[in-house]
Amino acid sequence: MKRDSTRHRSFPLRRVEAVVLGASAGGIDALSAVLDGLPAGWRIPMAVVLHLPESHDSHLAEIFAQRLPIPVHEALDKMPLTDGCLYFAPPGYHLSIERGRRFSLSCEPPVLYSRPSIDVLMASAADAYGPSVAGFLMTGANEDGAEGLLCIHRAGGLTAVQDPKEALVSTMPLAAIARHTPDHVLPLRDLRTLLQQLEPVHAL
Amino acid sequence: MEAIYLKYSYDFRNYTTASQKRRVLYALEQLEFPSISVLQDRVLRDATLFGRLLQFLTIPVSEMFRDPAYFLALRRHVVPILHTYPSVKVWVAGCSTGEEVFSLAILLREEGLLERTQIYATDINPASLEKARQGIFPLEAIRGYTSNYQRAGGLSAFSDYYTAAYEAARFDPSLCADVIFADHSLATDSVFAETQLVSCRNVLIYFNRQLQDRALGLFHESLSHRGFLGLGSKESIDFSGYADRFDTHARAERIYRKVA
Ligand SMILES: C[S@@+](CC[C@H](N)C(=O)[O-])C[C@H]1O[C@@H](n2cnc3c(N)ncnc32)[C@H](O)[C@@H]1O
Repeated sequence: MKRDSTRHRSFPLRRVEAVVLGASAGGIDALSAVLDGLPAGWRIPMAVVLHLPESHDSHLAEIFAQRLPIPVHEALDKMPLTDGCLYFAPPGYHLSIERGRRFSLSCEPPVLYSRPSIDVLMASAADAYGPSVAGFLMTGANEDGAEGLLCIHRAGGLTAVQDPKEALVSTMPLAAIARHTPDHVLPLRDLRTLLQQLEPVHAL
Repeated sequence: MEAIYLKYSYDFRNYTTASQKRRVLYALEQLEFPSISVLQDRVLRDATLFGRLLQFLTIPVSEMFRDPAYFLALRRHVVPILHTYPSVKVWVAGCSTGEEVFSLAILLREEGLLERTQIYATDINPASLEKARQGIFPLEAIRGYTSNYQRAGGLSAFSDYYTAAYEAARFDPSLCADVIFADHSLATDSVFAETQLVSCRNVLIYFNRQLQDRALGLFHESLSHRGFLGLGSKESIDFSGYADRFDTHARAERIYRKVA
């Protein structure tokens, strides 16, 4: 893909330990746009919840593994988060991040009709990482993620929402904006720039 | 959780925090208590209320032939080996309301093994165990179960196994003639029998690694030489202290075999 060189936005320096992303209807394309152009030496772990029909195996990890120069996995229970890897929530399970920087799964009932739920991932990430987590919420036809993003905001983390005007379905971004004022409301290509300008926190 | 353990001997101290926090907050909302401390106070004085809280803490959700690939793998790759034994013992740990037990019983009957199999179905939730004993499941769920059953390699018509009445499907009681339903905690109790197959799915995900290791230790101890351990499709022993105590028998379906 041709890089666009017309615009170089720059964002204030922000160090994070992990990034969590959520999207629903239209989410695969939106996620691709945000992750496009990630460098091979990327060092921040990222976890994604994309809503998909439950009963089918998801091939998200395989699809994104082909598109991206970084390791991509479907998260397993108690799997540790490794620097620079991208993880997808498995279909039919909620995905949480524990304080010990490991995933845990759960088959509690769906939250807002969704399992996996973006709220569950984001709320647990806010507990686990406090201010050093960034949450990205994109297109979708329901309100999942708004509460989770609010948890990240309250914990002092960075929140970024896709510009509802650009989103394929604006319900999800709008719900998030109705709950709090996100740090950033941006079109996908600027979300991509924002993501790439995040710096890893170094455990010194 | 410490107080609950001391008072009721239910040990939730080593459950994963993220999920436990959600369950407690949800219980707070549903039971209409203003704060955790008020709830705690009441629960410690009122055993009936503890029983209700238990329903929130244990996550009693299940499905018949959930994850059909798992049952298909049991049928193809485990049953032929179980056939070589004169009698078989199976432990379904964390059986919840019994869907998994009935699924296994149907599979074993179709494979001609049920008559020489003893199944132990255990859980810590007495209300779930009671439902499991009854073998009555909501009719509205049966459609999904039927398709699971077919994808699991089912050999008959699923409707052969139940009679529909009102809003419910009652499963053939002869399926669990040799099932013992019992209260057993993977957190506090010890091994009670030697088994050839342990099926424990969607239970260890609620445990932290320390408690997972305790449970895996029980399974290892219970299993006979080269016995089988079946976990949920997203669970793995790779992140536990038992990674080298089991071989992988069916990778994607997470069926393992005890190392001699
Ligand atoms: C989500 S259900 C799984 C049901 C079934 N195995 C399945 O996969 O469909 C989890 C079950 O684990 C049980 N459980 C939780 N803690 C336990 C413990 N310490 N020992 C035994 N069972 C436990 C709960 O009561 C609940 O019924």
